Amino acid sequence: MQSLSNRSKQVSQKEMTFMESIYLPAIIGGLMITIRHFFAKKITIRYPEIKKLFSKNWRGVHVLKKDEQGRERCTACGLCALSCPAEAITMEAAERKKGEENLYREEKYAARYEINMLRCIFCGLCEEACPKEAIFLTNEELAPSRMDRGELIFGKDKLVEKQHDPDNKKRGGGPLEERLFHSKENSSYKSTFEGISNS
Amino acid sequence: MDIYFILGKLILIVIIFAISLLTAMYSTYGERKIAGFFQDRLGPDRAGPWGILQPLADGGKLFFKEEILPVNANMALFIAGPSLSMLTACMSTAIIPWGTYLDIFGTKFVLQVADVNIGLLYIFGVVSLGVYGVMIGGWASNNKYSLLGAVRAASQNISYELAMGLSVIALIMLNGSLSLAEISRNQGESLFGLSGLNWNIFYQPLGFLIFIVCAFAECNRTPFDLPECETELVGGYHTEYSSMKLGFYLFAEYINMFVSSAFMAVLYFGGYNYPGINFVEANLGHNAAVIIGLAALFAKILFFIFFFMWVRWTVPRFRYDQLMKLGWQILIPLAIFNILLTGVGIMLFDN
Amino acid sequence: MIDKVFYFLSFLAILAGLMVVFTKNPVHSVLYLILAFFAIAGHYILLNAQFLAVVHIIVYAGAIMVLFLFVIMFLNLNAETEPQKPIFYKFIGVILSGVLLTLFVGAFRKLDPIYSDLPQTDIGLIKNLGIVLFNEFTLPFEIISILLLAAMVGSILIAKKDKAVVE
Repeated sequence: MQSLSNRSKQVSQKEMTFMESIYLPAIIGGLMITIRHFFAKKITIRYPEIKKLFSKNWRGVHVLKKDEQGRERCTACGLCALSCPAEAITMEAAERKKGEENLYREEKYAARYEINMLRCIFCGLCEEACPKEAIFLTNEELAPSRMDRGELIFGKDKLVEKQHDPDNKKRGGGPLEERLFHSKENSSYKSTFEGISNS
Repeated sequence: MDIYFILGKLILIVIIFAISLLTAMYSTYGERKIAGFFQDRLGPDRAGPWGILQPLADGGKLFFKEEILPVNANMALFIAGPSLSMLTACMSTAIIPWGTYLDIFGTKFVLQVADVNIGLLYIFGVVSLGVYGVMIGGWASNNKYSLLGAVRAASQNISYELAMGLSVIALIMLNGSLSLAEISRNQGESLFGLSGLNWNIFYQPLGFLIFIVCAFAECNRTPFDLPECETELVGGYHTEYSSMKLGFYLFAEYINMFVSSAFMAVLYFGGYNYPGINFVEANLGHNAAVIIGLAALFAKILFFIFFFMWVRWTVPRFRYDQLMKLGWQILIPLAIFNILLTGVGIMLFDN
Repeated sequence: MIDKVFYFLSFLAILAGLMVVFTKNPVHSVLYLILAFFAIAGHYILLNAQFLAVVHIIVYAGAIMVLFLFVIMFLNLNAETEPQKPIFYKFIGVILSGVLLTLFVGAFRKLDPIYSDLPQTDIGLIKNLGIVLFNEFTLPFEIISILLLAAMVGSILIAKKDKAVVE
């Protein structure tokens, strides 16, 4: 079979020659390899100062989006809960009252919307299923850790988008890099990232 | 014996003690940093600039860790083990010649704690005692793995001591003295028209090779770190140790590394001599030449410590039967052959 | 000064020697024996025999006692596993040590007290020792080396596996 890396070597068990059996040339060869790495460019990313980019299809913690006028998009149709393979999503629907038009876009809205982060597998099927483009896994937070199980059931207080951003229609907006990179622009960090993705 | 002589020696002892401890301390940092660099990482760089406070953090951690004494351990010997390791590791620094002498206000200040005329044998005496710390600690832990580690350490050290001794005999034949000061002085003569380059490595390459391999084995360093082989023996002889007692064992290893690097530099690489020592002495004065020599010796020692680490991160560990085969069937005959070769060489060239 | 060091070392050597016999734990016995060897090495240094002192430490404390310790650690000796020896052995032991004691006492009684204050000589230094060894005592030296060689060959023969038995 053709090897994938073209670096495979045929193993042979023939007698070692004298030069091989004194091992020293092989050891010196090994030392040369390691000293090359000693002076090679280091790939360490110094994390708190330099943050690595999130990938284009990064799936973080869920965000319940609002529309251009700051109204919640979710109508509590339940398709996300239905599509969820881990059964992590539950919700309770309620009817919009008079005077709440500036809070909820549709006449029906989710009074309670909870995602159990212990169950969620971050597959993104809820995002696919949503007909109203209301739920996205764009929050650039890793799977959260808490001291208490109860704290890991995220309600609307944690999920709903904090303030309305008119450009942020679907998965943010603007050029991809700006959306996915952490807020602080850092050119050295960017070059590090490119160096890694190119190598 | 005047009071200044004793005072001078005391100061020298304290300085050398401090330097060897400091070097050992920073060897732990160097080990981690160098390991990182060999693996394309940066190594510890958080504590202080470039992480240079890391050894203090490590030491503090070890001091404040919980001290666990196994119930069925032999208490007195359990504590004696790491202490003996430290003691024997520190003892051999006494006879390293750091330079000829400093001339301070007309007083000669010899840069060697004790110039015993059996210097080389003293080293072997101390080195052969080094194994007791490991053996006693391993046995007193009352643990199978510790005992196996201790037994391995004992047989390994005894086996490699023989080859080491035989490799040094050729060197003694060449120098006609066991005193390290004398050996250093002999290497200060000129070679290839350069003063201070008459190093023994040019006469004893094979002997040096045997010596360095044995030094690796005596320090229990990779590729010969079978006494603490974690894939087979959990932690080897220090499985049951915690807190600063474990720290002492680890620290003793680094002091041993420093000491054996120093001996390699003194015995084979000219000690405090460097090319052009006479030129410096003639132009800059005696004290400057001695201080540069001290720096040269330190550079050599640091290089050998680096070499220890370099090999550690390159060569994988030996199997135990391979280790014994190398020691008894290859290194010892090779060392005897080297003695014969040196004898023939002395016959041919000196007469 | 030298006197005090001498008495201290002698006390240490005798104490360690007694402890070798009286301790129950064989590992402790070995360690006390090492201590005794150190005390004796100290005596050699007092006599300005540095070479002898260091070789004593290297050979006895550094090699032979390590092997002793090595074996004893494996044996796991304790009171339960100690074999019951017949009283007859103890009887023989007492007689033999009594004979040895009489021998020593007799020898020391005859000893010339002139040796109690040895002049400071350099005979113990390695150079002088070598000259004496290779000039006056060449024959005994060579005979001892042949004896050691024979012992070495014998031990290798014993340690070597018998091929017929293995197959």
